[in-house]
Amino acid sequence: MAVPDRDTVLVVSSKFRLQWEPAQQAYVLLYAEGMIKLNSSAAEVLKRLDGTRTLAAVIDDLQRQFPKAAVENDVKEFVNVAHDQGWISFKQPA
Amino acid sequence: MTRDGSASNNLPKPLWLCAELTYACPLQCPYCSNPVDFSRQRDTLKTGDWIRVLREARLMGAVQLGFSGGEPLLRRDLEAMVAEGRRLGYYTNLITSAAGLGEERLKALKQAGLDHIQISFQASSRALSDFMAGTEIFEHKLAAARLVKQYGYDIVLNFVVYRDNIDQIDLMLEMAGEVGADYVELANVQYYGWALLNRDRLLPTREQLQRAEAIAHEYQERWKGRMRVFYVIPDYYEERPKACMNGWGSIFLTVAPDGVALPCQAARQLPGIEFPNVRDHSVDWIWNESPAFNRFRGFDWMKEPCRGCPERFKDFGGCRCQAYMLTGDAANTDPVCSLAPRHDVVLSAIATANAAASADDGKRDPRRQDPAVIFRNARNSAKLSA
Repeated sequence: MAVPDRDTVLVVSSKFRLQWEPAQQAYVLLYAEGMIKLNSSAAEVLKRLDGTRTLAAVIDDLQRQFPKAAVENDVKEFVNVAHDQGWISFKQPA
Repeated sequence: MTRDGSASNNLPKPLWLCAELTYACPLQCPYCSNPVDFSRQRDTLKTGDWIRVLREARLMGAVQLGFSGGEPLLRRDLEAMVAEGRRLGYYTNLITSAAGLGEERLKALKQAGLDHIQISFQASSRALSDFMAGTEIFEHKLAAARLVKQYGYDIVLNFVVYRDNIDQIDLMLEMAGEVGADYVELANVQYYGWALLNRDRLLPTREQLQRAEAIAHEYQERWKGRMRVFYVIPDYYEERPKACMNGWGSIFLTVAPDGVALPCQAARQLPGIEFPNVRDHSVDWIWNESPAFNRFRGFDWMKEPCRGCPERFKDFGGCRCQAYMLTGDAANTDPVCSLAPRHDVVLSAIATANAAASADDGKRDPRRQDPAVIFRNARNSAKLSA
């Protein structure tokens, strides 16, 4: 499983654009001639990837917002899939 | 176009807006999907009309915006439209032959916020490419593709595949690799517009297709993670029709250069349907209310065998334009389907094309004229639509 270290910075890949679509009441990832409609948990992760947040920071932030959820495992699982799909890339901190 | 859809409401939205900015084009490709009588249409939409269309469609949920034609770069207001499209939140795609794409234009488009560029190629060799384009443009296309890459774009090469070039798809793929393409589309000609006129000359043989498909798959494996290879077979050789446009009036809205709104680029030829013009109606009315966009929506219009077929939810009965062109009735099952009452017309088209192919076996000069190539240009258009 391609889960990076906790201090790896996660970014949305330059081939994709994350945006809120009012008509669909959902976040989507737009790419060349296509679109992926995101479920709310995927969107919660992706909208936190501002180019500075590490995996640990994303998990902490989400855990604060959803104290009862098993955030860490869910995030790691999603990060693995999202990386495989090319939606996000990993950046080692400077 | 959508993946992972958990649709909250099922009303169709025009997610894809294709803006055909002009029918003018310096190339003359004999497989062009533009209408054969394109030379009749002169009265093209002004910048302001297009901007209004972009705004209205965006409000209805359109997200992908394709600038197409003809050659969209012929319009000097392209940058203004890209900028507005991007500001509105579209993902902006330019679908071009690269004619007129130099560094200055590319810089301006980048500044306007253009997201993506797709360049079409006629062949992997200059001789065949320039012959099919009807003009010397191959070297320029290559240079433009490299420039696009330099400007930080993903470069998508679209090779149109037909009988005279299908045996060279390995060379096309090598060429794409050499340019550093991110994505290659090997798109067999679909037989609409000019392509239908030239079908006997363009349709590959079954043997050619099988060989090409094997090569495409080999490269898909070899270049995994580096370049995506997408191979589209001509639907004539399929057993089931394609889910054309994902269904009529389902996600796709085309606006022709003169403002006529269409569920696909080829629909204009269908008789008995009055396609609305964006000059006279709002995009909302056109999409939701107009008789034209509701004509083949859903499943109630279907005849047998589609009406009772479990696959109708998957392929929507295929393509209405193809049903019309090949059987004379747009409400018939797409004759590509092996269950279609008129599947024989597709089989006989294949037989004719295969016979033509074996008759010219060994004569590899692309300039040969048997059967003659009918190039897509204003002169031929005027002659054919007189």
